[in-house]
Parts: sequence; structure tokens; C-alpha cells
Amino acid sequence: MAEPKALPPASGHDKLMIGQSVTGIYVAHAILILGIVIVAFPIYYTFVASTHSLQTILRPPLPLLPGDRFFENYAEALFGGVGRIGGVSVATLLFNTTVVALGIAIGKIIISLLSAYAIVFFRFPLRMTFFWLIFITLMLPVEVRILPTYKVMVDLGLIDTYTGLIVPLIASATATLLFRQFFLTIPGELVEAARVDGAGPWRFFWDILLPLSRTNIAALFVILFIYGWTQYLWPLLVTNRNDMNTIVIALRKMISFADADTEWHLVMVTSMLAIVPPILVVVLMQRWFVRGLVDTEK
Amino acid sequence: MATVDLKDVRKIYAGGVEAVKGVSIAIPDKALCVLVGPSGCGKSTLLRMIAGLETISAGTCSIDGKVVNSIGPTERDIAMVFQNYALYPHMKVYDNMAYGLRNRGMPKDEVDKRVRGTAQTLELEHLLERRPRELSGGQRQRVAMGRAIVRNPKVFLFDEPLSNLDAKLRGQMRVEIKSLQRKLGVTSVYVTHDQLEAMTLADVLVVMNAGLVEQLGAPLDIYEKPASTFVASFIGAPPMNLLPLRGGQLEDAITLPTVTGNATTIGFRPEDCEVGADGATSSDGLRLMANVEGVEPVGAESFLYCAAGGGKIVVRVAGRTEVQVGDQLPIFARREKLHFFGSDGKRV
Repeated sequence: MAEPKALPPASGHDKLMIGQSVTGIYVAHAILILGIVIVAFPIYYTFVASTHSLQTILRPPLPLLPGDRFFENYAEALFGGVGRIGGVSVATLLFNTTVVALGIAIGKIIISLLSAYAIVFFRFPLRMTFFWLIFITLMLPVEVRILPTYKVMVDLGLIDTYTGLIVPLIASATATLLFRQFFLTIPGELVEAARVDGAGPWRFFWDILLPLSRTNIAALFVILFIYGWTQYLWPLLVTNRNDMNTIVIALRKMISFADADTEWHLVMVTSMLAIVPPILVVVLMQRWFVRGLVDTEK
Repeated sequence: MATVDLKDVRKIYAGGVEAVKGVSIAIPDKALCVLVGPSGCGKSTLLRMIAGLETISAGTCSIDGKVVNSIGPTERDIAMVFQNYALYPHMKVYDNMAYGLRNRGMPKDEVDKRVRGTAQTLELEHLLERRPRELSGGQRQRVAMGRAIVRNPKVFLFDEPLSNLDAKLRGQMRVEIKSLQRKLGVTSVYVTHDQLEAMTLADVLVVMNAGLVEQLGAPLDIYEKPASTFVASFIGAPPMNLLPLRGGQLEDAITLPTVTGNATTIGFRPEDCEVGADGATSSDGLRLMANVEGVEPVGAESFLYCAAGGGKIVVRVAGRTEVQVGDQLPIFARREKLHFFGSDGKRV
């Protein structure tokens, strides 16, 4: 009987999986790269357009390489103000949208953390009723309740305010359910250990539950920030003044039916600026985001 | 430092299920009391009632002479070691141990002194900066102990703390817990389903079954005089051999001493059996023929699994044995080593 020999160290394509061929890998890469090009090209083209003058954009074909008006266009949009939206600068729009997106994301997280905490860790009458009430709201889309909500906002005088933009969107059954599911996985012994260690409900929440939810909160923050950033219908209804618009709404207002009437170079700049903050949030929080999706620190 | 007194303690759950049906135990100061029983016998519920994690439906629980029924776990001045350790996963070992002290508003330098002192006792100093997930099972167990000890409480409560360790480590930790408890002199209540742990650790052993105390006493007293067939078959490994008596007679018995009272069950421990005819010098004892159905040599001893007297028995013989499956053997147990139980399972 031959002794089983150690295999020689794999050379060359040692990262191949069993049954994979070299050609297969090249083909797969080619397809993936093609996919990326198809997805990324419109964004690149928007960027290119944002660096040319209005005249260049309106006279086809549009060049494939960036032009020389990067600084002029961006400075004009950011600080000068755009004519079609009453001279409001994109900087104001960015600020508005940031406030709204942060308000919605942070508000949703705080509210859903607290309500999930109450539902999971406390015994009170009608506990399950409350849980189902929250759960049922999942089944009603925002559009269904948009008229009554709008009426309430008008009555409270909250049109054209940050409060009016944020508060109606702040309750989140999805986030509450997510935290509830996470809290349910926390072993009962841990809760009891904290009780024996003299931690009251508030301390337990602050010292133990919150640190354990860190990754979940981060993942949720990324999702909710983008949700808030891209809100369309509600900001459209609840803002009339141009300087209270969010960037998405302003972007739509900038585009006129008549091509010549639209400052396309500024529209392109605004589009680019509108996608930068969400990208930043995703990139900066990517590590946390992925961890929140794949593991829990237990 | 403290006594624990349970008086007719009951636990009735909302659905009407009675988990603990009136238990009275008086645990003297500095004693280690072990609650042992099969799963579902109410031992963990009882422990959690002492801890204040479960409400007491009826009866009183006093710690150090003070009734604590309506006091929360924080104010009872107890510390608990949990089955799955329940360490805070996001805190370093140091903070795990310090958490309870900080919550009680102890000054920082005092906390530091206590934590480092305890870590030294348990040889945990090099682990203080680690997080629980970076520790082995045995180390986590130690940290859990440390978290209890550092508080210097009136009572320690242990909820099956060794059940997640491997057999060797379990043996080590058992010895360590015992010596630590002696050294610190803290009254302790220890729940386990492992009769070996129960026997070796207990000053006071409480055998529980179906929400009631079956027997309470010193471990060896219980071993030698089990109060019921339940205790007889629960304490000791392998458990006591129990054979049915019909009309005061035992099937296949060659000699049977006078049966006490109107016993319906006769019992004897595997190690109290003598094998072979020559072992029977005294005629006053139980002698019966056994068919060997299995042999288990463990090294220092061997166990013979036999059919005899209308039931199954286990016989322990020292060292190695020449006995083989299929052999017929005379088994002898002395009169004073026999136990008799009545039809209600109680000792007679």
C-alpha cells in the first residue's frame, strides 16, 4: 500500500475552486466588468455633464470627457443659487435634506428601540395588543394616510417646517420589529444577571442593551438615512417655500418642460451633489453595516 | 454571615401549574446546600425564588432572619452564577466583575481593589482586559464566579454552573468551588441534576421530586438511608438495585431474610453485593441467582448487568473480572445492607 503523499504546493491558479477553469474565470470577470460599466456609465455621464457649460450640453453630442467648468458650475450651484427654484442655493438644499434624513434616521431608531424595549422586556396589560397595533401599521403604505396626515400638519401649522418634514415619517414598525427580534435573542440569563448586579431598567437599557445593539443600529442607520434622503411624496406635499425644499424635490422643480428653460449644467451638479452624502454614509459605515447584517456580538 | 430560611414556599404559575408545592428548608450559616433532582422537579424555580427573580406565591423566604419576599434581587444582597455564565459580551472581564459594584455606587479605587483582589484569588489577572468571547469555557466559568465573589454577598446562588464544562474540568471546578466556598464562608445554594456533584459538594443535601422535598440531610446519611425508592434510585451511580417483593417473597431468591414490615420493594447498592458462593459466610442476608447480561470493565472496577429476582440489577466488583456474558452467578447482600420500601415508595 502506498503511503498517502502530501500534495505539492498548488501553484499558479491556486485560488481556483474545484471544477473551475481559467477561461471560465475570464468570462465571468468580463461579464461582471460589463455589468459595472453599464451601471456606472449614467453616473459618469452625469458627472461629465456637470462640468460643461449649458451651451455645450444643449448642443449634441455631449463630450465623453469632463469639461473645464467644474469649479464654476459647482460654485454657482452651491453658493450662487439656482434661478428656477427662486435663487435658493444647493447648499441650503443639502442642509435641509441632511436635517431631514438625520432627523428621520435618528428619530426612527430612538423610537423603535424604546418601543421594542417596552414590548420585549416589560409585562404590562395589553402588551400584545400594542405589539399588533404597531405591526398592523406595516400593512398600510404611507400614501393611504397621507391626506389625514397632511390635514393634521396644516392644523398644527407645521407646513414648511423641519418638524413637519420629519415627525410624520418617524414612527417605524419595521425598525421596531427588527429590534424586537434582536432583543428576543438576548438570553434571559443576561437580563437576570443584570438585575442581580443591581441594574434597573434604565441602566440595563443603557449599559447592556444599547452596546449590544450597536451593529444593528449602524446597519439600520444607513438604510434609514438613505430612506430619509430620498423621500419624495411627503416633502413635496408639506413644503411650499423653495428654501425649505429637500434636494430631491428641488431637483424636480429645476427641470422645466422647455429644454432651453432648464439650467441643465446646474441640474447635473445638483444630481451629483444629491448622491454624495448617501454614498459617504454607506462607505464610512460599511464595516458596521456588514457586521450588523451578518453577525451579532453574542 | 447569613442563614437562609424557606418556610412552606410555593410557586403557582398563572396557568395553575404548581412548580413548587410547599418546601421548607433551613440552611445554616456558611453551609453549602445542594438542591438536586431530575429536570422539572422545581429546584431551579426554588433557587430563582431565593434570588428574587421569581415571585413567591405562598410561604416565606428569609435571608439572615429577614423576610425578603417583596424585596428585589438587587436588595437581597445575593450573587448568582448562571448555567450559561451570562457574562456581558461587550464588556471586558474587568468591567464584567466591576459592573455590580459600580451600580451600587462604590468608589472607583475601592472597585479596582476588589476586582483585582478577586482576580488574584481566581487566577484571572491576565484575562482582565479580554472580552468573554475570547475566553475558553473554563475561563468564562471562572469569570462568572469572580463576578459573584467580588460582590461579597450574603448568599451565593449557583444554577447548574458546571453543566457546560467537559467532564475533567467539571471535576476540577467542583473541588475548587468547594474549597472557595469554605474559604470565603459564604452561605450557598447550589442547584444541580448531577448526583455526583450533589454528593461531593453538599453540607446539606436536598433531594427534590415533583415540587416537593423527598429527603433532606447530610449526603452520606441520605446515601445510606434513602427515604424513598426515588431517592434510592437517584443518589448513587450506578443507582441502587430495586427488586419487587410479592407477598414478602422474592423471585429466584435462595435465601431471603425476614422482610421488614409489609415492604413491597427490596433494595441494595451495587457495591454491597458479593459475588460467588464463598462470599456468603453469613447466612443472614439476601442470596439470589443472577444471569449476567452485560459486563462493563471500567478499570478499577467492573459492573455486571444482570437479570435477577424478576428485575434488572447492577453488581459492582473490584478490579477486573473473569465473569462473562451468559454466566450464572450467586449474588449475596448482607442483611444490614438491605433496604426495604413500602407500597408508597417510602422506606420501612
